[in-house]
Amino acid sequence: MHALGNQRINDFAFKLANVNGTGSASANGLLMQAIFRMGIPVSGKNLFPSNIQGLPTWYEIRVNKDGYTARALEYDLMVAMNAQTYARDIREVRSGGYVLYDSSWPLDPTLSRDDAQFLGVPLARMCNENFRDSRERILMKNIAYAGALVAILDIDMAIVEQLLDERFASKKALRESNTRALMLGYEYAREHFDCPLPFRLERMNANADKILIDGNTAAALGCVYAGATVAAWYPITPATSVMDAFKEFCERYRKDPTTGKNNYVILQAEDEIAAIGMVIGAMWNGARAFTSTAGPGISLMNELLGLAYYAEIPVVVIDVQRVGPSTGMPTRTQQADILECAYASHGDTKHILLFPANPAECFEFAPHAFDLAERFQTPVIMLSDLDIGMNDWVVPRLRWNEAYRPDRGRVLDSEELQAITTFQRYMPENGSAVAARTLPGVHPNGAYFTRGSGHNKFGGYTEVPDEYQEVIDRLLLKHRSAAPSIPAPVIESRPAARFGVITTGGCDLAVREALDLLDRNGTPAGYMRIRGFPFSDKVANFIDRYEYCYVVEQSRDGQLRTLILNETSAGKEKLRSIRSYGGFPLSASQVISGISSYVEAKVAVYL
Amino acid sequence: MPSISKPVAAHPSLQKNQLGLTIRDYEGAMSTLCAGCGHDSITAAIVRALWELSTPPHMLVKMSGIGCSSKTTAYFVSGAHGFNSAHGRMPPIVTGANAANRGLVYVGVSGDGDSLSIGLGHLCHAIRRNVRMAYVIENNGVYGLTKGQFSASADVGSKSKRGEDNRMSPIDPVMLGLSLGATFLARSFSGDKEQLVPILKAALAHRGFALVDVISPCVTFNDHAGSTKSYLYTRKHAVPLTETDFVPGAQEIVAQIGANESTSVTMHDGSVVRFRSVPKDYDPTNKAAVLECLQDHQNRGEIVTGLLYLNETAPDIHELNQTPDTPLVDIPFEQLCPGSSALDALQEEYR
Repeated sequence: MHALGNQRINDFAFKLANVNGTGSASANGLLMQAIFRMGIPVSGKNLFPSNIQGLPTWYEIRVNKDGYTARALEYDLMVAMNAQTYARDIREVRSGGYVLYDSSWPLDPTLSRDDAQFLGVPLARMCNENFRDSRERILMKNIAYAGALVAILDIDMAIVEQLLDERFASKKALRESNTRALMLGYEYAREHFDCPLPFRLERMNANADKILIDGNTAAALGCVYAGATVAAWYPITPATSVMDAFKEFCERYRKDPTTGKNNYVILQAEDEIAAIGMVIGAMWNGARAFTSTAGPGISLMNELLGLAYYAEIPVVVIDVQRVGPSTGMPTRTQQADILECAYASHGDTKHILLFPANPAECFEFAPHAFDLAERFQTPVIMLSDLDIGMNDWVVPRLRWNEAYRPDRGRVLDSEELQAITTFQRYMPENGSAVAARTLPGVHPNGAYFTRGSGHNKFGGYTEVPDEYQEVIDRLLLKHRSAAPSIPAPVIESRPAARFGVITTGGCDLAVREALDLLDRNGTPAGYMRIRGFPFSDKVANFIDRYEYCYVVEQSRDGQLRTLILNETSAGKEKLRSIRSYGGFPLSASQVISGISSYVEAKVAVYL
Repeated sequence: MPSISKPVAAHPSLQKNQLGLTIRDYEGAMSTLCAGCGHDSITAAIVRALWELSTPPHMLVKMSGIGCSSKTTAYFVSGAHGFNSAHGRMPPIVTGANAANRGLVYVGVSGDGDSLSIGLGHLCHAIRRNVRMAYVIENNGVYGLTKGQFSASADVGSKSKRGEDNRMSPIDPVMLGLSLGATFLARSFSGDKEQLVPILKAALAHRGFALVDVISPCVTFNDHAGSTKSYLYTRKHAVPLTETDFVPGAQEIVAQIGANESTSVTMHDGSVVRFRSVPKDYDPTNKAAVLECLQDHQNRGEIVTGLLYLNETAPDIHELNQTPDTPLVDIPFEQLCPGSSALDALQEEYR
């Protein structure tokens, strides 16, 4: 054992370099889950290629006893399982770090580093000796390196055994071969290395009231709880698992126990245009409906988002952002759909946006999205991203308020319609910017003609400037009037803060970690995380409080900053921009170097 | 201009349907199409079909895309909910609406630009999903609102008003429907109300996607010599292959008149479609035979009309999705939300 004095407990990061399609995801997930069950704050980031088999893929795990689990850029350990990427993987380990590699074949001496320690485990050889089937030999190599990691990092073996029991409860043979592989790695490491390494794990109790869930699953669950009955979609990375999860939950919770019928419909559309069209049709008819997509889908949905906006039909879209433009990098994360979503479609349009920062908010915001869509009779787009949507996050247990009932907005029922003679679709009611709507089939007095062409407040066709403007102006008021109902920004003030830092969505953890570091170094800064659009007054008030603010986000053009500039009175010189848009989740060090570069330059570089 | 409404002054002698409504109760706003437009005749046929079927106006949903044809949903049954959506996008919108509420009657009106060009993909998939609706294509082979460009249904050799020849082969919605597994395919002519009304009634009763392709001459841009979608050309070349009677279930007794059992199809709701004057060996439920017959006539330059293909046994969108008889919009929230104890239990799996 290494000298205790040098040990770093529950504070390190390691990276696993694998080949896509070889079964590594299962082993990496096992490690992540075991650490979670040890009660330690942990995050796992899957950095994967747009490929089914063969390309390099990485998985990063960061443990941090203080709860800083944004992506770390310094790796204490590299599990190098992909010979194709050895060179860059080995280079990435911090000085003084470790490389665990498959020593079945000798390592190219040119790859060696004096400032890192190499732990060779003959994984392929051991698996070939112990397993007969060729596919099994490949798969079990992953469990074998997991076993080695259990030994060198002091992962609780009882927990790993328990997880294997759960995974293979009904597959005895698999349980046996997994255990065998696990022990091969474990015992080899115990025998050959000084276990554990100077950085290691130790049980904590930070996760008692937490769960491990990805944002797409949580969003889908939120839609089930919100009462969505119609879902339409077109398969697209990274949003596909939203619908996979929705289907799974519906099969579980939405089958009529007596008839076996489905209290839901999931329509796999011919394209995203059709998907949004189906949502519009279903919500026009009074159902709660949604679609999930990514940036390319939003591009296609632009046309019908404009129709829904102008004809005032509620719509809910979950946009799991990926790297654009065009096909871009489908398996990488970004926040570059903000402007496209805010103003989607031709003509003057503005939409309601929600920005969840983690899976818990994906769940929480889903019913909000439906309530807002129905109350304001307009599209609501929830902008998640690949990092939130597809990675497992440790979040507080989800809670459900039993008193929740859907806010259906102003929908005239049969009695109300009986009492009126003429229904006027776009006539606002008592000072509200929202006009009452009716649903087909409810009452003969409720019939009206919905159109995306020019219409007046009575719902009739018009080409008269004043009549057109009266309606389109009310839509602007309606959008503004939604601001107080949008989830308020999360603001953390610090005494003596000299500047503010504004961010959104999945940047949350990295930015807060960076601000804590800056604070400890004597540079306190205020924090605001924007959670929706239109912006509440709190956004402008926060900016007013500081001489200048940094806007930290993940798009080349600083889209959040542009939206703030366009929609508040904040001046360009006040908002400095820090952007990370290469496709991987943000890390605190990027935020700090962004801020430092402004400070060093002593002059702001304005966009 | 829908703002100009015609006074609904029903003459006391006007016949009433089962709901006590006269045909005037099924009319809509005044048409803004050109005088003599075939589409207006189709509108009149739709009005008659719905009146004869005694469809409650407020239970009717009228859906359309964009174009001359799509405007016509405003010109019938003003007591129904209408939705004039976006160019080509009507099929997905009806699909979603139908998925949400199966308790309403859906009529889609589209044109050849809307259905066969910009919205062709959507039409194909609505057919595949067998969305329960009557889908009327008012087919004139031309773009009217943009002043006379060929559409995808223009025949080879057809001349535009400017004298250009169309040299690309047309898309025939009936042939297309056959290849996609459509369950109800009909073709008619806007000038033949006697044929069209029973076809529309059968389409409305069909449990599934009923495609009715109606040749509907454009008097302004496609009614000249050289056009193959003019009144004159259509009257000369149309061959009524089948003649259809639609017999609602409630009026079984009428079916006794000269019924030919071999060419009757009982609809899902108990009503009967009876084919009269069907050529020998033509079986409207036999896809291969229908295809062969249609191709024969097409080779002779004839436009075959009538209810051409019918399959009442294929599952519709709701059977495919195993939805309950209760429309999804009517299921109470309490039945949809699993509640907090289910959430607590579920989260044990996320540990």
